[in-house]
Amino acid sequence: MRRIFCRASTNTMKFKTENIIKSVFGLLAFSSLLFLLGIIVILFKEGLPVFKYVKLFEFIGGKFWYPTYDPPAFGILPLILGTFWVTIGAMLIAVPLGIGSALYLHEIAGYRERAFLKPIIELLAGIPSIVYGFFGMVILAPFLQRLLHIPIGLCLFTASFILGIMAVPTVSSLAEDALDYVPESFREASFALGANRWQTLVKVVIPAAGSGISTAIILGVSRIVGETMTVLMVAGGAAVIPKSLFEPVRPMTANIAAEMGEAVVGSAHYHALFGIGLILFLITLIFNMIAEMIGRRYRLKLGHGR
Amino acid sequence: MKLSKVLIGIAIISSLVMAKENNKISIEGSTTVLPIAQIAAEEYMMANPDVDITVRGGGSGVGIASLIEGTCDIADASRSMKDKEMKTAVNKGVNPVAHVVAMDGIAVVIHPSNKLKEISKEQLKAIYTGKYSNWSKLGGAKKKIIVISRDSASGTYEAFSKLTLGGERVRPDALLSASNRAVVTTVENTPGAIGYVGLGYITEKVKAIDVDGIQCTKESILSGEYPLSRPLFMYTNGNPRGQVKTFLDFVKSKEGQKLVEESGYVGLK
Repeated sequence: MRRIFCRASTNTMKFKTENIIKSVFGLLAFSSLLFLLGIIVILFKEGLPVFKYVKLFEFIGGKFWYPTYDPPAFGILPLILGTFWVTIGAMLIAVPLGIGSALYLHEIAGYRERAFLKPIIELLAGIPSIVYGFFGMVILAPFLQRLLHIPIGLCLFTASFILGIMAVPTVSSLAEDALDYVPESFREASFALGANRWQTLVKVVIPAAGSGISTAIILGVSRIVGETMTVLMVAGGAAVIPKSLFEPVRPMTANIAAEMGEAVVGSAHYHALFGIGLILFLITLIFNMIAEMIGRRYRLKLGHGR
Repeated sequence: MKLSKVLIGIAIISSLVMAKENNKISIEGSTTVLPIAQIAAEEYMMANPDVDITVRGGGSGVGIASLIEGTCDIADASRSMKDKEMKTAVNKGVNPVAHVVAMDGIAVVIHPSNKLKEISKEQLKAIYTGKYSNWSKLGGAKKKIIVISRDSASGTYEAFSKLTLGGERVRPDALLSASNRAVVTTVENTPGAIGYVGLGYITEKVKAIDVDGIQCTKESILSGEYPLSRPLFMYTNGNPRGQVKTFLDFVKSKEGQKLVEESGYVGLK
């Protein structure tokens, strides 16, 4: 009787520890969901009250941002456009550089070149954004200002340039993953048909990895849209709709970072800053969802399943 | 055994709480005065570990309102109380007493290559509200003025706008820098720039110009002669007593005024 009980208890013990481990890891996995939910709830709770003070259209379409005046003006169109143009500019730099380097590393480079270049590109991702910002503010901006004879170096162009460099590792490593997904048999088949390396690359590998590469680009966009410290330091910070590449801008993230510390908790200004955060969140959410959708479809297409 | 530990714990905590109950100072108000209050509170608590000081920002108006409501002991303010606030205070039986703890002076800085030596308050206003956009309007070279301001929530901005703009909006294309240091760095690197910073932030690489013919120095700020200067206050309800009094005495002491200078303001001594 006792023996049976013993055996049963070791079994249940095993079962128990397994269950505990399972639930611990499950809890850890779900905790990020919890955090996300918390963030969403707070964003909506603190952001929506701004519409007590301004209408949605006035908020998104208004051209003037004077949060501390009497009466205040909460128009974030210049901020949205600041983010928009900086992102476009940065992608013009990050996409060719990132995808180009991914193609080179994955398809052309030999083992030794890859062993040398890949850690360097990854190192770019490890540099804190404030260091980029400092570099841009103290070295690049004055240099560009003298080189191009523009009135001020802290502008849309400088911000785009630095953010573009910052996004290269994101785009590059994701695009490389996408190239990795292309089955070797595709390349072999292409070579067997007599295509040379260039033809294989352009006509077979890139189209096959196409949606993976677009995912890389979209996630690169998310990275740039959310970047804060760098744009706070190098974008200039003028809340105007830019008319040229060399005018200062004030992206949404920089605006929140600059003003949140001094906005009175619970005031209209405070809620307006959360409102901007809410819009930023929605933008990155949409981008990430698109990336996820494209990525899923493309994995199925290549026969990798989900 | 466990129970006794818990009981001891409760006893310790409650004695701590009770001891601190009488030695609590709560400070609230202007973000301009905040750095002074913060560093003074830290130093004071270091020397008097049994005193607990909480410091909060919120703005002059918020601090004064809290003082009137009785929810804080000291209200920081970068302006004197408005008549309306005074009336509310008197109606509630509160007797606000002002203590000047420091002077705030704002220097106007330009790039050293700029020949301009002085500027009037009207010219400053014209530049910052968008009426003047070229240095030729002030007799300088034909060059675009790069206007650098601070974020509209900052204390320096608030002071500058009150002292020169008279409630008018800063031109929308002004660059809004996040700190005094950033303003100086930008002006250093930009020949056409104009900016304003606290006196303590001037470097050799920028040129501070006279305003209305008066140089921005410690003396001209202390005498109130310099146009872009103002006193900074701490308000108490009635004459301060107990810990509040010792704390205020500390802020006004030589040691406290040294902390004021460290925070970038002009000390009274």
